[in-house]
Amino acid sequence: MFASLILVLLMGAIAWVGASIGLASLFGVVLPYVAVVVFIAGLVWRMVYWAKSPVPFAIPTTGGQEASLDFIKQAKIDCPSTTWGVVKRMFLEVFFFRSLFRNTLAEVRENDPVNNGPRSIYYSSKWLWCFSLLFHYCFLLVFIRHFRFFMEPVPSCITFVETIDGIMQIGAPRFFMTGGILLVAVLFLLGRRIFNQRLRYLSLANDYFPLWLILGVVVSGICLRYFDKTEISQVKIFLMGLTHFSPVSPEHLNAIFIVHLTLVCVLLMYFPFSKLVHAPGVFFSPTRNLANNTRRVRHVNPWNPPKQFFTYPEYEDAYRDAMAEAGLPLEKQPEKAAE
Amino acid sequence: MYNAKAVIAGIVIFVVLASSPFWLGYRGKNYTSTGVVLPKDEKSCIEDTEFMRAQHMRLLNEWRDEALRNENRVYVSAKDGRKWTISLQNTCVKCHNNYQEFCEKCHVANSVYPYCWTCHIIPTEGK
Repeated sequence: MFASLILVLLMGAIAWVGASIGLASLFGVVLPYVAVVVFIAGLVWRMVYWAKSPVPFAIPTTGGQEASLDFIKQAKIDCPSTTWGVVKRMFLEVFFFRSLFRNTLAEVRENDPVNNGPRSIYYSSKWLWCFSLLFHYCFLLVFIRHFRFFMEPVPSCITFVETIDGIMQIGAPRFFMTGGILLVAVLFLLGRRIFNQRLRYLSLANDYFPLWLILGVVVSGICLRYFDKTEISQVKIFLMGLTHFSPVSPEHLNAIFIVHLTLVCVLLMYFPFSKLVHAPGVFFSPTRNLANNTRRVRHVNPWNPPKQFFTYPEYEDAYRDAMAEAGLPLEKQPEKAAE
Repeated sequence: MYNAKAVIAGIVIFVVLASSPFWLGYRGKNYTSTGVVLPKDEKSCIEDTEFMRAQHMRLLNEWRDEALRNENRVYVSAKDGRKWTISLQNTCVKCHNNYQEFCEKCHVANSVYPYCWTCHIIPTEGK
């Protein structure tokens, strides 16, 4: 936990120092191009690698009654038996995180009045679902909002998103709700790993690192908008230079902007090689993309060698004389087979 | 590769989305300068240029609170200690009197729509 925090802080500090000693072009121009190439090539490599991996068994997750006899009601979404059902379940999973919604929590409650003592209870726990949904959608909206820096003129749909996002009209520049909610959601996801003993035991550096990294991106972004500002028209000129492959120097931009950009680049480069690839990964999971029709359709293991069949006529051809000598019944007698 | 059709479709969709900041930028114009026209008759603003460019919105917000909530109409510049009257209409707009050539140049390009003009009158240079 602390190692990954220090790593993120170190990267931020390197970017800060780099920007201060005149290496802003390295962090602002070279790094983003490298990061975008690594991100796209890395994810394509990852998807091709997954697509090449054979699935030996049909292992769809079952979350309810599977398709059975007509009078037994099937849980069509939680245990789909057709491709269309799989599509429906995948849609709900990707857009509404249905499997997290179904999350339950087991707990031993001391001094429970029912038992007059300890009792294990199971109840629905929606916190993770709620905050991960907020996190992902706010991150998406924040990402979409950033297109005002990539497009000239800014399309009205982005202006509309900003209007809704800042509809509370708090302060100047207006407070964007998605930014605040994103910060709260990241802090929840991080706090969950730190303060829940069981989760803390399970958490590794590669669980903490992306959270600290995203927290760094969010905090530096919020800081740039509301506190230690930089001139956004210069930011737009700089970013448009990047996307038009005629980069301008970012020397005059605030060091926090360079930190923000560097952390985003690190996130992009880290993405294809970490748990963050659950984004394309959900579509490649055999537990999620297969229909639960194993009793109706035979799933053939793709790496099975071709079968060497030895049919009964071939068997009789091979041992006919010996079988006739032993007096065993034959489909063709030796003299007939010879014809 | 298994399910090649679906996988290739997915990869194409991903590459198109991931590279969207690049190709979406090409569909419109490039943006290489703000094109702001500075006032002709005044050379320096109340604070230095760097500060005004990055922080003017915070200053305006503070001015609003000072004038309307604290009834304080005097602002002392941090640059040279000069005293200014806190007023958008009488101080800022006195020099920056062309909305289209000044405010709008950066604001529209960066999709910034402040709510100054729901109360104040948009300066149109004497028109």
